[in-house]
Amino acid sequence: MKKPFPWHIVVFLAPAFLVYAIFSAFPLIDTLRLGFYTTTDTNQQLFSGLANYYTLMVDPHWSEGFWNAMRNNVKFFLVHMLIQNPIGLLLAALLSMRGVRGAKAYQTLIFLPTLLSVVIIGFVWQLILSPLWGVAETLLGYVGLAEHFQPWLGDESTALFTLSLMSVWQFVGIPMMLIYAALIAIPDEIIEAAVVEGASAWRIFWTIRVPLILPTLGLTTILTFVGNFNAFDLIYSVKGALAGPGYSTDILGTYFYRAFFGYQSQLGSPTLGAAVATMMFLVILVGVGLYFFFVQRKLQRFSF
Amino acid sequence: MQHKVTRFAGSTFTQVILAGYTVLALFPIVLIVINAFKSRAAIFDSPLALPNSESWSLIGFEKAMKNAHFFNFFGNSAIVTVTSLVLILFFGAMAAWALSEYKFRGNRWLMAFFAFGIMVPIRLGTVSILKIMVSLELVNTLTALILVYVAQGLPLAIMILSEFMQQIPKELKEAARCDGVGEFKIFFQVILPLIRPAVATVAVFTMVPIWNDLWFPLILAPGEETQTITLGVQQFIGQYATDWNAVLASLSLAVLPVLVLYMFFSRQLIRGITAGAVK
Repeated sequence: MKKPFPWHIVVFLAPAFLVYAIFSAFPLIDTLRLGFYTTTDTNQQLFSGLANYYTLMVDPHWSEGFWNAMRNNVKFFLVHMLIQNPIGLLLAALLSMRGVRGAKAYQTLIFLPTLLSVVIIGFVWQLILSPLWGVAETLLGYVGLAEHFQPWLGDESTALFTLSLMSVWQFVGIPMMLIYAALIAIPDEIIEAAVVEGASAWRIFWTIRVPLILPTLGLTTILTFVGNFNAFDLIYSVKGALAGPGYSTDILGTYFYRAFFGYQSQLGSPTLGAAVATMMFLVILVGVGLYFFFVQRKLQRFSF
Repeated sequence: MQHKVTRFAGSTFTQVILAGYTVLALFPIVLIVINAFKSRAAIFDSPLALPNSESWSLIGFEKAMKNAHFFNFFGNSAIVTVTSLVLILFFGAMAAWALSEYKFRGNRWLMAFFAFGIMVPIRLGTVSILKIMVSLELVNTLTALILVYVAQGLPLAIMILSEFMQQIPKELKEAARCDGVGEFKIFFQVILPLIRPAVATVAVFTMVPIWNDLWFPLILAPGEETQTITLGVQQFIGQYATDWNAVLASLSLAVLPVLVLYMFFSRQLIRGITAGAVK
């Protein structure tokens, strides 16, 4: 006897499948395809093989900006890895200690900025750092450092680092929460056994807790990576699409936007934009791939 | 004795770090909000002071309200966020149920297909999304934003919900099936009411990015009628950059609803994140 066709499964799956396929999966594949085309002056799209990629990576007019954006994006990511995630780990470690007074309140308040729009955070810090208002200078003055104040956002050598720190300030709550959740999930017996053995809190932290939360640290890393190589809003709202001064804060997101929509006298090209998006896709794919093939697999072998 | 001293020093150190970082996290927001209620002169003369009877002024809010369509922006953001969330939860729950309950060919492939969307940002498909929206004549409509955000939110929602559904006891479903209840009725009357706790987790992970997004409103719906609050604030501040009262007031207006909501829901929200993260 043949079973009737399971229509109910189709009905359950259809809405999600259709919306996701049409507005997420298909556009992504179509973008990869468009990267192999060029747009003519009459707005026709012609197949041109790797021409866009040649333009991006070799043609001096575009490649300089592309590699600059790539370098800046790597720096943007490194600042998050070296400052945001260690601070997140420190805060989570302190919050997860037993009997810390007000831990819940601290956690709630430190997480607050992550909920606000990046646009708002960008403007808020822009005002605070503005030499016109002078708040940052006044505050530095309280600790005797007023003469070190500079318009950091306006200086080519410091703008990107300043913007990265603004982003770190906003998002430190995310690694904090993820790591905190992992730390409190460690069974008490493990820690107690170590305490009985006479291990110090410091040693317990580095030799027992940290190894046990490695999967979460890996997850934090990949989330930071994907988020950073996909970033746009902060730079755009503080520095505009031109990512000044002198493109010193340009990252792949803003470069993509300019390639797609054009800027100043340079006309935008959807196909060149698609090629930039494809490059971003490859970068993210490599990151995610590394995460799954090395971090995930290796960690699963050692997890209990 | 010495043990006690180190312990005391340890907890003081902890408190100093945590309290210090909390001040750092809150100071910028507090600074903006208190200055939004001051006159222009007071903003510049004593930015760190609380507003008093002398410096109190609502001029910034009046300007912001008059010049921008703030209520309109709020309305747009609310419509987009709430509609997207409802659709994500509903479609996501149906798909999660199908994937976690029924064994059929291609089940694992579909799972992987959806899971792909968790890691790969939908933004990368923007060139093509814009093309689709142009051909559907949906540019400058809230519908365009809703469709994109539903597609963006579904993968994670399906993952969270299907993990949750696997924990629903088998007996519940089997009992219903023995009574001859149809598959649709089981889903709507037995399963949907049971997933309420997971809804909070999904809501946290989907609502915040939608409300705060700048990219898609900027590209798909930049028209004045369809601007969301995030885009509206961005454009408004760009225009009135030198009017400090208006800028501070509009920033405060954009922050306040989030602050109020957070005051009420922070506990559920944090529980949702910690629960979601442990899995």
